[in-house]
Amino acid sequence: MSALGTSGNPYDAIVVGAGHNGLACAAYLAKEGRKVLVLERRHLVGGAAVSESLYPGFTYSVCSYVVSLLRPWIIRDLELVKHGLKIVPLECSYTPQPDDAGLCRWPDPDKTREEIRRLSPRDADTYPEFGRAVSRLSRFVKPFIDSPAPDPLSLKPKDLWQLMGMGRAFRELGDDLTALQFKLTTMGGVDFLREWFESDQLIAPMSCSGIIGTFLGVNSPGTAYVLLHHYMGEIDGSSRAWGFPVGGTGAISEAIASSARSHGAEIRCNAAVEKILVKGGKTYGVALQSGDELHSKTVISGCEPRLTFNTFVGAEHLPDEFVTQVSRYKARGSSGKVNIALDRWVDFKHRPGDGMHVRGDIAIAPSTDYLERAYDDAKYGDFSKKPYINLVFPSLLDRNMAPPGKHVMSCFVQYAPYDIKEGPSHWPEKREAFGDAVVDTLADYMPGLKDAILHRQVLTPWDLEQDFGLTEGNIFHGELGLEQLLFQRPVAGWARYKTPVKNLWLCGSGAHPGGGVMGAPGGLAAKEMLKQRAV
Amino acid sequence: MPRHTPFHPRTAALCHSYAWKEWAGQLAVCNYDRHSEREYFAFRHNAGLIDVSPLYKYDVRGPDAADFLAHVWTRDCNKLKPGRMYYGAMCNEDGHTLDDGTIANLGEGLFRATTSEPWLGWYGRHSRGFDVSIEDVTDRIAALSLQGPLAREILQGITDADLDALRFFGITSCTVAGQAGHISRTGYTGDLGYEIWVDPDGALPLWDALQTAGAPFGMQPAGLDAMDVTRIEAGFVLQGVDYVSAKSCITESLKSTPDDASLGWTVKLDREGWIGRDALLRERDAGGSKWQLVGLEIDWAELEQLYDSYKLPPHLAPHASRAALPVWNADGKQVGQATSSTWSPQLKRYIALAQVHRPYAAEGTALTIEHTPEFERHRITATVVDKPFYNPPQKTFTPAKAKAKKEAVA
Repeated sequence: MSALGTSGNPYDAIVVGAGHNGLACAAYLAKEGRKVLVLERRHLVGGAAVSESLYPGFTYSVCSYVVSLLRPWIIRDLELVKHGLKIVPLECSYTPQPDDAGLCRWPDPDKTREEIRRLSPRDADTYPEFGRAVSRLSRFVKPFIDSPAPDPLSLKPKDLWQLMGMGRAFRELGDDLTALQFKLTTMGGVDFLREWFESDQLIAPMSCSGIIGTFLGVNSPGTAYVLLHHYMGEIDGSSRAWGFPVGGTGAISEAIASSARSHGAEIRCNAAVEKILVKGGKTYGVALQSGDELHSKTVISGCEPRLTFNTFVGAEHLPDEFVTQVSRYKARGSSGKVNIALDRWVDFKHRPGDGMHVRGDIAIAPSTDYLERAYDDAKYGDFSKKPYINLVFPSLLDRNMAPPGKHVMSCFVQYAPYDIKEGPSHWPEKREAFGDAVVDTLADYMPGLKDAILHRQVLTPWDLEQDFGLTEGNIFHGELGLEQLLFQRPVAGWARYKTPVKNLWLCGSGAHPGGGVMGAPGGLAAKEMLKQRAV
Repeated sequence: MPRHTPFHPRTAALCHSYAWKEWAGQLAVCNYDRHSEREYFAFRHNAGLIDVSPLYKYDVRGPDAADFLAHVWTRDCNKLKPGRMYYGAMCNEDGHTLDDGTIANLGEGLFRATTSEPWLGWYGRHSRGFDVSIEDVTDRIAALSLQGPLAREILQGITDADLDALRFFGITSCTVAGQAGHISRTGYTGDLGYEIWVDPDGALPLWDALQTAGAPFGMQPAGLDAMDVTRIEAGFVLQGVDYVSAKSCITESLKSTPDDASLGWTVKLDREGWIGRDALLRERDAGGSKWQLVGLEIDWAELEQLYDSYKLPPHLAPHASRAALPVWNADGKQVGQATSSTWSPQLKRYIALAQVHRPYAAEGTALTIEHTPEFERHRITATVVDKPFYNPPQKTFTPAKAKAKKEAVA
């Protein structure tokens, strides 16, 4: 150890977990001159935002695979472009149908209009109107994503002021939009969209963004709200939100890690944390599985809240009420991931070719009934026989993801409930059957698929928990239901990254404002700690 | 009516947007799609292919060719070795900038200069006493610019030139797409890039060969709008926008010295015998140029707040803007104007090039710039920052040189 941190400890802060949020938090703290150590259990940084080669010549974005909400202020502050970040915008949203050409939504609004017109001329006219209304609403949501959650129980002027601002923004929306906002927060995605549109072929793929990462169906109340998240990016500048990182999702983590290192942060891989050390209600460091102890003034966990509190800290160091609330925290895994290496391009039956229509995300969501039926299987402890699949071909957007002429296919699959009826630990026996269901489903749309598969990686919620520390396999470190957002994330009263253990902070997706590769929890946690002179 | 470039049959077939503009009397694509986003990201992540045939091109030959060019350009062309190029400026006798462009030494006494404006008359007037011949070869050379991090890999597939060894601002004769031509490592995007110069008869085969070679790399044909965003990110000035050629200025105040236009680095005042030097020496002795062209970053948080006060999400045009915007100092006195501005989609920054009075040109100086949401004028903070805004290592990296160095160390 060359020098001691400002607190007299070897480190000012130890970050547990080198996921993209842990790294972002470390980068911000290091940028302000703090001595930071990041500890990662695996051999590489990234957490659930990793790129790995599991079959020679092919690179998978193993877990998260697209980037929608990476905060522009983080890209600016951490100079991520200088550190190698490249994001290619996704060009289209394609929803194939088994028996016809399906629907493609293009970046060119006129072209989209023509597509929708084939389904419903009325919907074609309404579509841009809907986009405008929802993007006006996201103006209301955005400030909350980019600042720490207000505390409604606090009487501090700052919190009251922020709550008042929230109320004011709400009032300013105008009657039409306020009504819309209430609908968004209370309705199911499909019901909400039916108020605008009549074509089920259009409603089905639009409703999907409301269910990703939650254990709810497209008709479940509250799912309309999550739709809003997906319109957020439109107000971040001139371009669409969804993008694909060149080099896979791991490249985002690498860029943030590079920025953190350039500011002096130390990142140690193959360093699994066993315990967060607590004495007298106060943390003073971590114990590694190797037996080493590392001390620091503060410990920041980028891990999922239940992993952090139940496993690393231990209930004995926490107030009973807090332990109860953590146990109630909903993180029901509902999805799996299948990564496939393809020997050649495989055409979609009714829209062949590797043109623009497949250079975006592709939704297997032919109807709202299809989606609801997929949920039916899951409700009673089975994976969906015909699941909702969100498909991306990273090799079309970044040729280094696969050898020339070959392709990588990334499939996000819902539903795959963590709690299967045999019990979660039986997932390994069902893993290949789950993978087969995905391939069978895709083959309805891509008849040549099965013969072209060179390798397949199937990740069940069990695997996501065991390999990536996502409790119950929930991709967002806890569902993005309204009841678990803002000042309720992860636990009411503890939404400002602080925890009941003194000097222990949270900076992962289980903290405000939640999951997705946005980096906001990490960045905001660091800013809050600096502001409070906690580090 | 604007003429067609030699690539027109191909570019026209792809230009679904019908968005064209006139460039030096020829038709040039603004963007192929309805917006330029895809083309911009091709430039930045893969490669973009843009028709740059309208550039004015002049061949200069004869025993005094280098002397003559050193006389009319700010660069000492006597030092320009065969296979190398200079970027430089031309001034009039008052030291005001006429144009900027490149000069290439093609070997065997042949030089080629490119500019944004026609200068045959000017060259003719100033070549008295020099043993040179000057020819306008604008229409005799078709040119494509292939720009982006994958440009080398794509181009290497269709040429015998050793691109790994071709240095930044190098030029080589070669066979490309089965025909004789030149490849230079130059461009206007601030990234790795090449310009390919061939006979107009070979234009379409060149285009087709590049399209075929580039497709697996995600290459896109790109228009001027996408290039405009990249050149602002790269901090490159555009004649007619960021400064105006002295020959087109009606008023004196509009004219710019090389320093005013960020071209001062191409000027060596201790070198003798070039047009404009005497005036620029006088200016130096009188205290130097009054203006400086700087990079500005406009405060995004403030801009968001401003739009929020109108209950709007922040909105900028989805392309670069050439509307001049006034720039003020902290006391509210106008001290310059931004001449080019754009949202940088990759940097997530709102950036501008601006001419400001010299005392306000220091990095970190806080100025304000006009912004007009809902037709109302506001001032928001704009800070002077270092140019270029984007400067990737591959821009100047030479693989062969790095390899030789590594071997020497080993």
